[in-house]
Amino acid sequence: MHIEVRNISKTFHGHKAVDNVSFSIERGKLIGLLGPSGGGKSTLLRILAGLETPDSGDIFINGKRVNDVQPQLRGIGFVFQNYALFKHMNVFDNIAFGLTIRKASKAEIKTRVGELLDLTGLRGFEHRYPHQLSGGQRQRVAFARALAPKPDLLLLDEPFAAIDAKVRKELRTWLKQLIGTLGITSIFVTHDQDEAVEVADEMLIVQKGRLEQQGSPVHIYTDPQTAFVAGFIGHSTVVEQPESLRGFGGSSLTAGAKALIRPEFVEVGREREIPFPSAAEKGKVRHIFFRGAHLELDVEVGSNRLSAHRSLDQEPLQPGDEVSVLIHRLYVISDESATIVENPLKVDPLPVHI
Amino acid sequence: MKSSASSKAKPRSILPGFGISLGFTIFYLSVLVIIPLAGIFVKTSGMTPGQFWDTVASARVIASYKISFMTSFFAALINLVFGLLIAWVLVRYRFPGKKLVDSLIDLPFALPTAVAGIALTAIYAPNGWIGSLLEPLGIKVAFTPLGITLALIFIGLPFVVRTVQPVLQDLDNEVEEAAVMLGAFRLRTFRRIILPELIPPLLTGFALAFARGIGEYGSVVFISGNMPMKTEIAPLLIMTKLEQYDYKGATAIAMVMLIISFILLLLINYLQWRSNRRVITE
Repeated sequence: MHIEVRNISKTFHGHKAVDNVSFSIERGKLIGLLGPSGGGKSTLLRILAGLETPDSGDIFINGKRVNDVQPQLRGIGFVFQNYALFKHMNVFDNIAFGLTIRKASKAEIKTRVGELLDLTGLRGFEHRYPHQLSGGQRQRVAFARALAPKPDLLLLDEPFAAIDAKVRKELRTWLKQLIGTLGITSIFVTHDQDEAVEVADEMLIVQKGRLEQQGSPVHIYTDPQTAFVAGFIGHSTVVEQPESLRGFGGSSLTAGAKALIRPEFVEVGREREIPFPSAAEKGKVRHIFFRGAHLELDVEVGSNRLSAHRSLDQEPLQPGDEVSVLIHRLYVISDESATIVENPLKVDPLPVHI
Repeated sequence: MKSSASSKAKPRSILPGFGISLGFTIFYLSVLVIIPLAGIFVKTSGMTPGQFWDTVASARVIASYKISFMTSFFAALINLVFGLLIAWVLVRYRFPGKKLVDSLIDLPFALPTAVAGIALTAIYAPNGWIGSLLEPLGIKVAFTPLGITLALIFIGLPFVVRTVQPVLQDLDNEVEEAAVMLGAFRLRTFRRIILPELIPPLLTGFALAFARGIGEYGSVVFISGNMPMKTEIAPLLIMTKLEQYDYKGATAIAMVMLIISFILLLLINYLQWRSNRRVITE
């Protein structure tokens, strides 16, 4: 394992910012540290960097315990949320800073900075000062500066938060490719799940200082382990009385438990459009929202309100229409855990073999 | 470079009141600064060039210029270093009595300068508290240029502190952390990252303290002893001329001081403009 964190805790003025967190990361992986704001993600990153000292627990990099190693000597590159560029230095000097500290020769610095200028597409901007650059360019200077001394680990604190939406999308694709090419182990903090899902090889979900789940985006998406993860990932609707939904009454559901249903688990349409009519039930369309590539339907089923997607190519529905609603599966959540339950009626009652 | 060209061509500012506020500024500066100062030139112009030269270039006057500018310069220099230190302590650390220390800084502004001069003289005279301790070591403070410098340090203390403090306060913590993550230890972080950002306010503070020192009179006359050629400052020489009803002689000395001060301040402003240009924040 490249990075190993064991039982890290950190308390600020009685508030547990990081609570007994352990995880390990393989070399070369791009890790997304995802969670709601104020959940302890940044603190965790700063502890790894050595900018904060944990109250307890150990950090190992390449098998070596680094708790007592000063941040200057950990060989970690750090990209700050607001870039933190040196305003009085031009782009070249900003990128070269880490190399001059290491007393690299002039020629060496020139080559390395040149490499990074090409890599980040900043060639031609080396004599500009930070205030003469756009947000995306500044961000790239910050990457280049962190990468210049060839760090073993790259940490990024909300690297795209201050950039407008379109540039952000370009930048994160670019970053993923760049990190893939360099093969450098990287951890980035984000509160935007789309960003984490798109960029990360593996995600760490952190909430209230605790590590909720670690795994690949697909794994976390399809198999959330805790109630928090199930609700946080995707755009889930909470269902207060899942036992009243057709197919989910009685069975494995404990009475009084709640369930989460994602829009993609729900199929809504005219009766003939639904593949297993026997497993579907009646509902009423309440609202229809245009979401660009698809429609989002707000459907009333009994006392429950569900959200579903519908393609623009399908026969249009109107608010107030009676529809069939098929719920493929849902997550039953108890205090801590989340269990996936498939709709048991979804078997063809009259199988016809051709 | 392109952007500066286009901003020069900006047709009209959207901010209202440019005409009236600039008009007022010029009027205000004229009444308070330019016209009184022009009076000095007018008065001096009553002298023949020969008379002017004899007054201004006499050994005693030259000596007083030297003392005035040298002591002001060194006082401002010392204030530069220790003003930065005080500002640093006040911004970076928390300690009991911090508010008190903070308000002590401005006291030299509020105190009548003559009071400061008398107090400093009493303490640093050969029979004073500190003076009597320094006497056996062969260090004489009162009645020497060192004493003048001391008085000017006292007078100029608030300038550097008050100009550096807000800038230091606004420095982004992350920038220092960025330097740390790139391998810079404290001294280098300070020298390469923090100090360059503080140069504009340091220069401003230095210029203000320096200018104040050149013009200072009240506190210096007590501690300097006013020995011609040794501890006589130019402002005192002007007072002496006035007391002798030599108004032209007084304004001639004042004019030369004015010109030298103006050139020096212009120079400092230029340096400040140059360093500021690079630290522009968006």
